[in-house]
Amino acid sequence: MEYEVNIGIEIHAELLTKSKVFCSCPVQFGAPPNTLTCPVCLGLPGALPVLNKKAVEYAILTALALNCKINRNAIFHRKNYFYPDLPKNYQISQYDTPIGIQGYLEIETSSGRKRIRIRRVHLEEDTGKLIHSGGRITGSDMSFVDFNRSGVPLLEIVSEPDISSPEEAKEYLTNIRDILVFLGVCDGKMEEGSMRCEANVSIRPKGSERLGTKTELKNINSFRAVERALQYEIERQIDIVSKGREIIQETRHWDEKNEKTISMRSKEEAHDYRYFPEPDLVPLEIDDGWIEKIRAQIPELPEEKYERYKKLGLTPYEAKLLAHDLEMSTFFDETIKLYNNPKNIANWLLVDVTKELKDRNKAINQTLLTPRMLVELLTLIDEEKISGRIAKDILPELIDKGISPRKVIEERNLLQITDTSELSSVIEQVLKENANVVEEYKKGKEKSFMFLVGQVMRLTKGKANPKLVNELLRKALG
Amino acid sequence: MLSVEEVIHIERLARLKLTDKEREMYRSQLNDVLNYAAKLDEIDTSNVPPMYHILPVTNVLREDIPQNNFSLEDALSNAPLKEGGFFVIPPILGGEE
Ligand SMILES: [Zn+2]
Repeated sequence: MEYEVNIGIEIHAELLTKSKVFCSCPVQFGAPPNTLTCPVCLGLPGALPVLNKKAVEYAILTALALNCKINRNAIFHRKNYFYPDLPKNYQISQYDTPIGIQGYLEIETSSGRKRIRIRRVHLEEDTGKLIHSGGRITGSDMSFVDFNRSGVPLLEIVSEPDISSPEEAKEYLTNIRDILVFLGVCDGKMEEGSMRCEANVSIRPKGSERLGTKTELKNINSFRAVERALQYEIERQIDIVSKGREIIQETRHWDEKNEKTISMRSKEEAHDYRYFPEPDLVPLEIDDGWIEKIRAQIPELPEEKYERYKKLGLTPYEAKLLAHDLEMSTFFDETIKLYNNPKNIANWLLVDVTKELKDRNKAINQTLLTPRMLVELLTLIDEEKISGRIAKDILPELIDKGISPRKVIEERNLLQITDTSELSSVIEQVLKENANVVEEYKKGKEKSFMFLVGQVMRLTKGKANPKLVNELLRKALG
Repeated sequence: MLSVEEVIHIERLARLKLTDKEREMYRSQLNDVLNYAAKLDEIDTSNVPPMYHILPVTNVLREDIPQNNFSLEDALSNAPLKEGGFFVIPPILGGEE
């Protein structure tokens, strides 16, 4: 039997505001526990939340970028449940009036472009963090609570179950991440928890109308884990169904170490959050003027960059690599304004510069290389003042020390030798020292010619103009 | 009349453990509260938009300016148990999130 897979993804993204969503406490990582708190985010009685304008604008911005309709009258609700990382015993969230609804995102799949519908984009607050003394929830003696994260603005993005494979899920997730990063609303670091993901999965016989019973996957902490967790869960469900048994609706935990999903104790009580309107916050009224002002702030997103780069003559592969990397594409866009050979720039950025960056584990904007310096380097090659080899050699100095290429080649005397008489004398020396190779060449061994070119380059420390060397050498060999 | 099962459900949500006698008492009291509020059902509200807030005010927002004037000592001052800047709590049982 063939099965169809339906996957829906729920993403939680921490917004890059400077302060929390309902109080002025700073949002920052790595501060000592409970030093970024106040009566509001500690849930002390009588404290009054006041909504952060920036958080609302980031939510609207993201909803617009994901093609959502904006709810003109959005309100907040209390989601009631008990857990020690939730000081008020309710989370301020949104229920039936999320900021964005009915959006979509298009992704590239093996069978062409596909539209994944987005059900809702809403704003809520993050919880505190729990640390268990034994490292595990059960069996530990004590738990420790840090409320620094409590009240950090969270954006929840929920897709419809339109995703049909783990590969599509990964594509969807990376696309969302890239959009969030390009919008500047979230840093998108799954491993650090600033972007989190849950997935619901079901299978059904191919052609069947009704969705199968779904399970919910939690604890997926990396882009790699998304694919593997879903793959495992799909196989598990197919195995159960093909044995004639039934899928139990439950929450399952992705066990990264053992690469499998495990059932979390099934809850006796179904979720009953008793949502009701948050009386401490007044409703939001989002008018056209506000929406259009925010819409105008949407920058060029990876998808548009990709199309533009292809039109500039880049291969789809090159275009995709550049377009989905915020720092690289920014650098590329600056550089093409100064130098009219996008293909050449892309090639340098994606090969040589990327290699240097990988060695340093840095993004391009964390180095001293500037678009102007790269253009100077490429121009020196174009003008045959230096060879590509030399350019590659001096690249680290540009990246690490920020010295202009012209200065580096002057200081290190790397200017290409284009002086015919100087080269001729080097060639003469090479021919004298390699009489036997010259003999072989004359007998028709073409490879010997390349060897002789190599010798000239060696003696000139790579500075000889290769074209000129070729020419002069042919002449000298008659 | 509220059923015993419904009271047990509310009891669990509120993390309470009632005796049979208490459960009966609350069942009757909760029922009175519900009946009192049910008077509102007598009014036809089909053409009345829901009121989310008692004040005719919208968009009370603050600028995104961080401020930190609550000390760690203040934060932990009511904690029965603390250690290394953390609130210390008993281990968590049950899978409720
Ligand atoms: Zn606070």
